Amino acid sequence: MSKKKVLYYLNQFFGQIGGEDQAHIPPQIKEEAVGPGTAIVGQIADAAELVATFICGDNYFNENRDAVVKELEAAYEKYQPDLVIAGPAFNAGRYGVACAGVAKFFNEKGVPVVSGMYEENPGLEEARAAAYVVSTGDSAGTMRKAIPPMVKLCQKLLKGETPKPLEDDYFAQGKRLTILVEKDGSERAMEMLLKRLKGEEFTTELPMPVFDVVEPAAAIADLSKATIALVTSGGIVPQGNPDHIQSASAQMWGKYDVSELKELKGTYCTIHGGYDPVYANEWADRVAPLDELKKLEAAGKIGSVYKYFYTTTGTGTSVANSEKFGREIGAELKEAGVDGVILTST
Amino acid sequence: MVKEIERYGLPIVHMATITTISKSVGANRIVPTVAIPYPVGNPALAEKEEPVREELVERAITALGTEVTEPTIFKAEEI
Amino acid sequence: MKLELQNVKITDLEFGPKMDVVGEKLIIDKELLREKLLKVPGVKEIKIDLAKPGEKCRIIPVKDVIEPRVKVEGKGKGFPGVTAEVEPCGDGVVKVLKGAAVVTIGDIVGFQEGVIDMWGEGAKWTPFSKTCNIVVDITPEAGLHPHEHEATCRLVGLRASELIGEAAREAEAQESEVYELEDNHAERKKYPDLPGVVYVEMLISQGLLHDGYAYGVNTSQILPTIIHPNEELDNAIISGNCVAACDKITTYQHQNNKVIKDLFKLHGKEINFLGVILAPEMTTLDGKLRVCDYTAKLCKLLGAEGVIISEEGYGNPDSDLVMICSRCEKMGMKTVLITDECSGWDGMSQPLTDTAAEAVAVISTGNVSHVVELEKADRVLGDSEAIANLAGGWAGAYNPEDGTMKCELNAVIGATSEIGYHNATVELY
Repeated sequence: MSKKKVLYYLNQFFGQIGGEDQAHIPPQIKEEAVGPGTAIVGQIADAAELVATFICGDNYFNENRDAVVKELEAAYEKYQPDLVIAGPAFNAGRYGVACAGVAKFFNEKGVPVVSGMYEENPGLEEARAAAYVVSTGDSAGTMRKAIPPMVKLCQKLLKGETPKPLEDDYFAQGKRLTILVEKDGSERAMEMLLKRLKGEEFTTELPMPVFDVVEPAAAIADLSKATIALVTSGGIVPQGNPDHIQSASAQMWGKYDVSELKELKGTYCTIHGGYDPVYANEWADRVAPLDELKKLEAAGKIGSVYKYFYTTTGTGTSVANSEKFGREIGAELKEAGVDGVILTST
Repeated sequence: MVKEIERYGLPIVHMATITTISKSVGANRIVPTVAIPYPVGNPALAEKEEPVREELVERAITALGTEVTEPTIFKAEEI
Repeated sequence: MKLELQNVKITDLEFGPKMDVVGEKLIIDKELLREKLLKVPGVKEIKIDLAKPGEKCRIIPVKDVIEPRVKVEGKGKGFPGVTAEVEPCGDGVVKVLKGAAVVTIGDIVGFQEGVIDMWGEGAKWTPFSKTCNIVVDITPEAGLHPHEHEATCRLVGLRASELIGEAAREAEAQESEVYELEDNHAERKKYPDLPGVVYVEMLISQGLLHDGYAYGVNTSQILPTIIHPNEELDNAIISGNCVAACDKITTYQHQNNKVIKDLFKLHGKEINFLGVILAPEMTTLDGKLRVCDYTAKLCKLLGAEGVIISEEGYGNPDSDLVMICSRCEKMGMKTVLITDECSGWDGMSQPLTDTAAEAVAVISTGNVSHVVELEKADRVLGDSEAIANLAGGWAGAYNPEDGTMKCELNAVIGATSEIGYHNATVELY
C-alpha cells in the first residue's frame, strides 16, 4: 500500500525563517519537514510521508489573502495531499487566523486538516468548524504536550476513522451527527431519570440552543408611502408547486409576482407538511393575507404591496437554512427599496 | 428568517400563533395570530371571519409604524 | 389493573386457507382479509402483500403500523371506541402475534407518510424492518375528502389488526409479559420510600394527519388527562397518522410504548410509577398554555418527584415540550425530556425551535434531517415516486434509472421515535 501524502503549514517563525521581522514574507515551499513537522511526521512515518512544507509570513497571509489562496491552490494541485497539518499556533493570533484560513481552504477541497490552538486564540472559532483543532497551552513552551494528541488524530484520520472530540481532545466542530447506539431512547431516558432522582451527575444529549439578538429596525415614518412585502413560512405556493419546494425541511424558497392579483385564494395552495392543509387550501390568504394588504393599499393606508410574494416551508427546516433564506430574501427586499415586511408563520 | 431580514435594517413584523417561539428566537415586532393552520383567519367564524382578518393585518401594519426597543407583542386592543 | 400480554412468536409469513399459526409461521387468509376490509366505508380496492425481514423490499408510502392481537379475557375488545364498543381496557389477557405487523399503504393522503426498507442501509433506520409485515394497500373511493380518506385508511389498519389477530386465539404463547399497577394509595403503601414518577406523553392534536385518538376521542378535544398505563398497552390509544414519518407514534408504538414498559420494569424497585398523562399539542397559544399549566399541575397533584416527557413531532411542539418542562421544574419535579432535533443536512444548525433554561436533561433521538441513501429494491410495495411529496423527500429524491433513493430520516417510519422506540441519537463532533 502506498503511503498517504501530508502537507504541513507553518508561519515564518516555526518555519525557521525568522521572527517578527520576517512576518511579511510571501509563501515558500520546502519539500522536507521543518520544525514541529519533523517531530509529528516522524511519528506517522509508517502510514504517511511529508510531501511539502508550506511556509508563509503571518502578516503576509493576513494582508494578501487572495494571493495566498492562489499559492495554496497551486500546492494543492501539485502535491494532492491526503492530510494537512497546520500549526500548532498556541495563542499566536495572526498565526491562528492563518491556520484557520488554511483549514478552510483544504476543508472545502475535502482534505482533512489537523491543527492545535490555545482556547483563546482568535483563529479558533473559524478553524474548529473546518479542522480538528487540538487544545494546546498558550505558548510554544508547551509544544511537547501538543504533539502527542496531534499525532494520534493524524493516525486516526490516515486510517479513515472518525475522531471524537472528547476521546481525541480536540475542539468539537459543532456538527451534530446522527448515529445508532446500543440502547434505545427510552432506556437512556430511564438511566438519566434515575441519576437525576439520586442526585448523581448526568449529561444531557441536547444542550439547549442559544439564540442571538438583533437590534429592532426603526419604524416606518409614513406608512401611506411605504412599500410592504409579504413573506411566509407557511408553504403557500402557486397550485402545482412549479418550483418543487419541499413540504418539510426546505432547501429553497420561491418568489411569485402577485402584482396583478387581488388575493391568493383560488390560485395558491399549501405544500407545508406540518399542519392541517384544508383551511389554507380553501383560502390561502388565511396564511398569507395578500387580500387584506391589497385592500389597505387601495384605501391608501399603505403605499403599495411589493410586487413579489416570498414563500418557503418552515416545518423541519434547519435554522441555518432559514437564516440563509432570510439573508437572501432580505438582500432582495433591501435592494428593491422595500420599507417594511410582514412575515407570517404557521 | 425574521432576524436575518431585520439585520438589513428593514422593520419586519412576525405574524405567528406560537408567540412564545417568536420571542425565544428574538423577533422584535410580533402580532399574535389565531391558530397554526390558519394564522390570519378563522374558518369557524364564517362571515365574521373578515373583520378579524382585517384587524390582524392592520395591527401588523401599525406595528411596522411603531418604534420598539425589545421583542414586543402587539396585542388586540382591550374591548 | 392487571394486563397479561401473551406473546405468540412469529418469524415467518405465508398466505393460506385460514388465519392460523403453524410453528412460528403466521398464515394469512388473503381472501377473507380482503373481503372484510372492502366493507370498511370509503374503500374501493384492497391489495394484500407480505414483506419479510431481509427481503430486498421497499414499502412506500406507509401510513400506520399496527400490531395484530386478540383480547381473550377481560373487557374491551379490539380498539374500544373505534372498532368496538366503548369499554375500559387495560385489564385481562391479550394474545399478541409478536413479530408481525400490519402496514397500511396506498394513495397518499398527506406529506406525513413514510418508507420502510426491509433490508440493507434503510433497514437499520426503522424498527419495522425487523417485523414480518402484512402490507395492506388501500385504494379509496373517488371524491373522498382528505379527512374521510385518512379515517378510512385508519380504520382499515385497525380492522386488519383484529382480523389477523384472530390467528393468535388458539395458538400457543411462548412468553408472557404481566403489567400490574394498583391504585396510587395501594402502591404508595407498598413502596413508601420510592420516588413517584409520572410519564407525560405529548400527542400531536392539530388536524388532518396530525391527530391522536384516546378511546376514539380526538385528543384535540381533551384537556390533559390521566390514564392507567395498561390502557395504552391495550389498544386505548391509536395514531391518526400524524406528523413526519420519523417521529409519529404509530399505533404499534402505542401498543408497545417503550417508556411505559421500561417504567414498569423500574416500578417497585427504583421508582413508583404513578400513571400516564396524555398532553395534546394544540395549534393556538392559549391552547398550549392551558395544556402546559394543566399537565404540570396534574403531575404535582399525583405527587410526582420525577417526570418523563416525550414529544410527538417537531417545530411548534418544541415549545410545549420546554414549557411543560419549565413548569414542572419550577414546581420542584425533576424532568427528563425525549425529543428529536432538526439540525440540518450537515448537523450544524440549532436543534430545537424553542428553548428553556430548565431543560437540562434531554434525550435526543436523532436529527430528522440526517440524509440516508437507500439502495435499489427488488420489489416495491406501493410507489417509489411518492417520495417526492413526502416530508423528508424532494423531487428527484428517487432515481428511476437505477432505483436508488435519497431521503432524510424524516421520511423513514419510526427512525427518530420520540418515545424512545429506536436506537438513534446524536453525537457532537
